Amino acid sequence: MEFYRSHVLVCTGTGCTSSNSRSVISGLRKELADKGLEKEIQVIETGCFGFCNLGPIMVVYPEGVFYCRVSQDDIQEIVEEHFTKGRVVQRLLYHEPNTTVKTQEFNDIEFFKHQKRIALSNCGIINPEKIEEYIARDGYFALAKVLHEMKPEDVIEEIKKSGLRGRGGGGFPTGMKWNFAHKAQGDQKYVVCNADEGDPGAFMDRSVLEGDPHSVLEAMAIAGYAIGANQGYIYVRAEYPIAVERLRLAIEQAHKMGLLGKNIFGMGFDFDVDIRLGAGAFVCGEETALLTSIEGKRGEPRPRPPFPANSGLWGKPTIINNVETYANVTRIIRNGWEWFASMGTEKSKGTKVFALAGKIKNTGLIEVPMGTTLRTIVYDIGGGILNDKKFKAAQTGGPSGGCIPAELLDTPIDYDNLIAIGAMMGSGGLIVMDEDTCMVDIARFFLEFTQDESCGKCPPCRIGTKRMLEILTRICEGKGVPEDLENLETLAKTIKSAALCGLGQTAPNPVLSTLRYFRHEYEAHIYDKKCPAGVCKSLLSYKINEDKCRGCSLCARNCPAKAISGKVKEPFVIDPEKCIKCGACMEKCKFGAIERK
Amino acid sequence: MRSLEELKSLKAKAEKEMALREDTGKPTIIVHMGTCGIANGAREVLNTILSELKSRNLTDIHVTQTGCPGLCHLEPLITVSEPGKKNPYIYAKVTTENVKKIILQHIINGQPVTEWLVNLEK
Amino acid sequence: MSCQCKCGSGREEDKFAFIDRIIEQYKNQKGSMIPILHQVQQVLGYLPEEVQAYIAEKMGVPLSEVYGIVSFYALFSTQPKGKHRVSVCLGTACYVRGSGKILEELQKELGIKVGETTKDGLFTLEACRCLGACGLAPVLTVDEHVHGRLTTKDVAEIINKYKDVQ
Repeated sequence: MEFYRSHVLVCTGTGCTSSNSRSVISGLRKELADKGLEKEIQVIETGCFGFCNLGPIMVVYPEGVFYCRVSQDDIQEIVEEHFTKGRVVQRLLYHEPNTTVKTQEFNDIEFFKHQKRIALSNCGIINPEKIEEYIARDGYFALAKVLHEMKPEDVIEEIKKSGLRGRGGGGFPTGMKWNFAHKAQGDQKYVVCNADEGDPGAFMDRSVLEGDPHSVLEAMAIAGYAIGANQGYIYVRAEYPIAVERLRLAIEQAHKMGLLGKNIFGMGFDFDVDIRLGAGAFVCGEETALLTSIEGKRGEPRPRPPFPANSGLWGKPTIINNVETYANVTRIIRNGWEWFASMGTEKSKGTKVFALAGKIKNTGLIEVPMGTTLRTIVYDIGGGILNDKKFKAAQTGGPSGGCIPAELLDTPIDYDNLIAIGAMMGSGGLIVMDEDTCMVDIARFFLEFTQDESCGKCPPCRIGTKRMLEILTRICEGKGVPEDLENLETLAKTIKSAALCGLGQTAPNPVLSTLRYFRHEYEAHIYDKKCPAGVCKSLLSYKINEDKCRGCSLCARNCPAKAISGKVKEPFVIDPEKCIKCGACMEKCKFGAIERK
Repeated sequence: MRSLEELKSLKAKAEKEMALREDTGKPTIIVHMGTCGIANGAREVLNTILSELKSRNLTDIHVTQTGCPGLCHLEPLITVSEPGKKNPYIYAKVTTENVKKIILQHIINGQPVTEWLVNLEK
Repeated sequence: MSCQCKCGSGREEDKFAFIDRIIEQYKNQKGSMIPILHQVQQVLGYLPEEVQAYIAEKMGVPLSEVYGIVSFYALFSTQPKGKHRVSVCLGTACYVRGSGKILEELQKELGIKVGETTKDGLFTLEACRCLGACGLAPVLTVDEHVHGRLTTKDVAEIINKYKDVQ
């Protein structure tokens, strides 16, 4: 069999023949022979493609190019351009009548319209595995500017004036932190990046590291210059293999280009970055615990003061900032503090990245100016609640934060407003909950988390969270007693004031905030032994509505506990003694006859 | 890196290389490869694109990757940018099956597959 | 305790030679204990007592210190794991979308609790905190592979797929 590099299919159906496909074929064969291509390109006559009004039709393989309305006059061009030079003849391609597809600009898409992407400005745009693409978008120019034009004090002043606050949750002014470390005495200082994103439901840091790793490296070098450090560490979760890999590659590339290492830009400044992997301990997101973990020990926190700025890693002055904070730094240096400070609210400048998830239509990673309302985030960007259910609450700050109820949807989100309403900014997890979410169950869920992750060093956290969890579990199981609520509040206050580190001090927040806004749900569990959202199993009962039941027996056949009985074509009954409340019957029933109370 | 000039020339070079890609007149296919995209099958989509282009002898289509643009619920996403066009085409919920249609209809025959575009102007 | 490692070394005396090589790699680095344990676990799959003792001796630290670290971090395991690691995400986003029910179903399906391994050594069931694939919630991973947008009905099918590979 002869090998042809290309096959040309020309339609010889009735339609195309009447629009002269025969002459196209003969013309094509002749032209190919003239150019000596007849051994390379095979012309095949085929049947109807079904686009008769566009005929004659010609399809070129292996590419699959679809030419329409080909006339004899086009043949020379097709052979010359397509078969000789390998260029598709654009004008002969099929074009939909009267419509050219118009696309929107990225920022005009509803999802992006209300956003302002600074920390995420490169994410999803550049290839994170190519340093050249970062440089093409002004990467490392901030570091160049700092080394060439600014004294360390100027850098700190710039960051201070920008109003940038720590994006990891606490919201401490970044410039002040840098200043403390700058002033601290020490032969050796360190710059640390906290990428131990432990808040379940938050993935901002991961996205930045995966999408724009160099922005973090560059900012760490800038911080190193500002405080007088030449070694940096990135402490990243081992659960983020892709982020780790891209960071490794980025460090290697930056080294190769001399953007990390010795004598950067020939200005006598050395800076290096190492990666340290976490090992699955939430408490290591707390700065003192993180430092102990980098030192290779159990990641237990220690009391502050001394603050890391004075005595951090191996006792040396150290600054720790979160990934998103660093991602903002390079942009502030490049665009000036005024630009950054022009965005946001009075005390919270710039933007905040949120991982929007839960019962929301558009799950995603968003970045909005500080002061944006929750309503804008949930309804304009998020597209509203899944299955058009009712919004109940949004949870921010993860296990350290609180719930924001529907009546506060219009609160402008910034550090101080969130604290005032009993939530907190946290690292940026924003979980949306609907009417089917039980707030007592959610409080229990978070307590279970912190209790599990408590390192056990201090008793208020170790024992206190355990007692709180016991009470919450009891309430969810329908064994709650009236004094439980008061006990929860007392325990919460004690733990808040007495725990050693941030994890313990904030652990009671989910309970306190749900008690504040959803006390009625707790009371329903305790007094009425009901779970209004229908989540807490022990408090549920399933019943078959006799009027709706058609007696099809589907539920009985699917009941794993054999708790449903009845005669076919007559209403079935659930035996509450045997029922394990799994809800399988309700899922299966086609008539909506099974009710949960 | 020894000087600011070196960085500037590096930037110019990188920009030129990206412009060269434009000069070929061919579209660039960008696959969004964050964790969420990969978990949704972005890697399989990328592989399909590469093998599809190969089997069609299309060696001059540039295929590259980038991070997560934030639209997690629409992953996997691919962006097709065409030289001379201001806005790229963003395709959502791409599968190994429908990416073949995107390649045939859009990349080869210049007709964007409108029903899967995220940023279709209404 | 017998060695169940996959280091491929047959001879008893150098079955820990790979550990020496890992330690050697880090000899000039401060705070290297955790990276060393990560690497050793990557080879062995877990960190049994004799391995901890060996590392302690080589590093010149008490065994209690090594054990202290191993027991502190959730990613270190002192028990061998099953052939497939099934991990259900219990991050908040997955939880509110019903990952608790998925976990329950898995426990029923596999007949084990979280942290346990099936008798045939095929599956270890774990719960994890946020894989960052919240757009797919609820999710679980089997080894490196992510399965998302789950309902309880999908559980048996996923497990069976990995059984069949056997």
